[in-house]
Amino acid sequence: MESLSSLAGGFAVALTPNNLMWCLVGTTLGTAIGVLPGLGPALTIALLLPITFKVDPTAAFILFAGIYYGAMYGGSTTSILLNTPGESATIVTAMEGNRMARSGRAGAALATSAIGSFVAGTVGTMGITFLAPVVVEFALKFGPAEYFSLMVLAFVTVSAVLGASAVRGLAALFLGFYLGMIGIDGQTGQPRFTFGILELLDGVNVIVVAVGLFAVGETLYVASRRYAGKDEIIPLRGSLYMTREEWSRSWKPWLRGTALGFPIGAMPAGGAEIPTFLSYWVEKRFSRKPEEFGTVGAIEGVAGPEAANNASAAGVLVPMLTLGLPTSATAAIMLSAFQSYGINPGPLLFQTQPALVWGLIASLYIANVVLLVLNLPLIGLWVRILKIPAPLLYAGILVFATIGTYGISQSPVDLILLYVLGGIGFVMRRYDFPTAPVIIGMILGPLAETEFRRAMSINNGDWTVFFTQPLSAALLAIAVLALLGPRLWDLATRRQHRGPEHVPGDA
Amino acid sequence: MIDRRQFLAAGAAASVLGFAGAGHAQSVDQLQLFVPAAPGGGWDQTARAIELVMRGEKLIGTAQITNVPGAGGAVGLPQFVGQWRNRPNAMMVAGMVMVGALIANKSPVKLAQTTPIARLTGEFLAVVVPAQSPFKTAKDMVDAMKADASKVPVAGGSAGGSDHILLGMIGKAAGVTPSKLNYIPYAGGGQALAALLGNQVAAGISGYGEFAEQVKAGKLRLLAISADKRQEGIDAPTLKESGVDVELFNWRGVFAPPGASEEQKKTLVSLVEKMAASSAWQEELKKRDWTGILLTGDAYAKFVAEENARIEAILKDLGLAA
Repeated sequence: MESLSSLAGGFAVALTPNNLMWCLVGTTLGTAIGVLPGLGPALTIALLLPITFKVDPTAAFILFAGIYYGAMYGGSTTSILLNTPGESATIVTAMEGNRMARSGRAGAALATSAIGSFVAGTVGTMGITFLAPVVVEFALKFGPAEYFSLMVLAFVTVSAVLGASAVRGLAALFLGFYLGMIGIDGQTGQPRFTFGILELLDGVNVIVVAVGLFAVGETLYVASRRYAGKDEIIPLRGSLYMTREEWSRSWKPWLRGTALGFPIGAMPAGGAEIPTFLSYWVEKRFSRKPEEFGTVGAIEGVAGPEAANNASAAGVLVPMLTLGLPTSATAAIMLSAFQSYGINPGPLLFQTQPALVWGLIASLYIANVVLLVLNLPLIGLWVRILKIPAPLLYAGILVFATIGTYGISQSPVDLILLYVLGGIGFVMRRYDFPTAPVIIGMILGPLAETEFRRAMSINNGDWTVFFTQPLSAALLAIAVLALLGPRLWDLATRRQHRGPEHVPGDA
Repeated sequence: MIDRRQFLAAGAAASVLGFAGAGHAQSVDQLQLFVPAAPGGGWDQTARAIELVMRGEKLIGTAQITNVPGAGGAVGLPQFVGQWRNRPNAMMVAGMVMVGALIANKSPVKLAQTTPIARLTGEFLAVVVPAQSPFKTAKDMVDAMKADASKVPVAGGSAGGSDHILLGMIGKAAGVTPSKLNYIPYAGGGQALAALLGNQVAAGISGYGEFAEQVKAGKLRLLAISADKRQEGIDAPTLKESGVDVELFNWRGVFAPPGASEEQKKTLVSLVEKMAASSAWQEELKKRDWTGILLTGDAYAKFVAEENARIEAILKDLGLAA
């Protein structure tokens, strides 16, 4: 096979001591910035762009790719331990992962996310190696109508996080819509809900909202309960890593998460968040222990979304390498690095720069192995964080959240926003409003709106386009099935009366 | 912004050399560069190229780059105007995109409050269609727009940005009401390009460099460019040649803080002129496919004022400015 021999050539490039060193530096740096909230891979690579003046292109791209993959690994650590997601793609991980940590299974949550990231990263890289041209062709079929239908499908996810009261869950969802709408409207260039504050023109950063609602809100809530002197140090239950049962509950979510993440990541407007939402919903549906979701923390809810976000990172590289299309902030920065070498990424990159491209792909395989080796031993160290007495731990979380937020934009407006949202998060927690729908609404709402208006604009206001395009119609059909199917199935199989044990999905 | 066109500024370079001879040797110890955008973008890359060349040519000791991103520069400018006022060796890197963003966002702070130093680079825009499009020339597209502009969705960057402005100018020149134009804005990078490659839209506008590789690979057809004359190595007519009387450069330049003294202004202008004349700068231009369109001092200030008026008028026509 031609790809295999090219890949072998790529390994020859990537395995030189020099390039291995860059790979190690990149993955270590990536893990570190993934752990720190605020500093994302895009910004880090941008700050390292001047390095392109000094080193050869292959080494620079191996470094950048290591940072990119490493950040995806590291991002889950703070989500699980501190409920403080460092990247928008790991917000879903915080939902189950932090609950697992608080019931003494932090080690297992970290292990399943590291191994899941390895599986997804490796399978995703294999996807780049062998399927790139096919996947790209499929991804380009997605126009605004198809994206809108994909968002509708993703909205079904909300039913998995609504909590006990549908009204409260939907109120939270609409708060998310509102927050997502703040800023310049992309379609008309007009500001919405900015109240003349220039810093709000670019919108509210979803990380600020997630950290505010999850970490700051939670801290305020814990502080308000006045358990003077009684430190509840969470005992570590069971083995540090995963038990046999946890393995058997993890491997299918890894693969399903990968299957969702890779193709959606390859779509020009797909991103990393949507596959994590979908994966969470799927895992809750398929889980043998759905009662663990939202209570003690279900390992499937960590394994699936973590695999999905790493696979999407691999997916993003597909249009970049095959077509020269940058579909994420990080890919755009990497493209500008190509340019400072005078290399023009485009449909002909594989032909004009084979050593660079295949060296880069080979280094992705190596980066995944390095990251696994780097992250598994660290778990023992990370879980010790939870041995810190609660008042100190929560104070630490506040400091961490504040510094991280300031790191995103160096803007005091974001800090004020963080604490206002923390206050809102506290009130929501106090009155039993779920906070996850806010995040989903904030990410999906504006995307769905944009794609809907684009579809209308392109098709002259003809709304039937959502049903006449086969791909779009199929996605809508799956959404309807996903929402109503389980309920109809329940109705048909067990007619006898049952208590309201199921999460209300009737939105 | 990505620009990859053939470098064609031999004439400009020659005139720059003339200037440089007159400059007096006054070295600046530390240059402070203010970039009202995130690291990695066009303005940031310009600032980093300035730093690289000036340090290499020993024109400055060190340079410090500060990034304040947001809203096409509308977040950074008030900070530059307010807090950088008394810094002698400071310059902001900005360009045409900021002119549009300030008008569209009704910014209370104006670019005119700064002290324009020099225009450095520019990139012209390109109008392309998917390979399977029925439009063979720019005239075909304009005719279709005249018949029913709403049936010709055109993809490009953010609303009110340079791509949108060019479409408005094309519409106006062709006698189509700009507010009737069907512009589909995409947020940066590859998304507009993906819509074109997937044949989702009728046409697209962006910097030529964004499309160059796709055009070479035959996936997109280049209809026209917005330059003033034909470009070497690019097989396409200008808009003017295609019967649309429009010319547009997305330019980038440097500005000193408000209230800079005549002497400071002179120092900075001569610094920039020396940099632009160096072979290292010419090499950076070639490597990054930027076109050098140097214009300094008062002539540049006049140019910025004219651009401001021209862009404000077109944004009003597009319904983006009051």
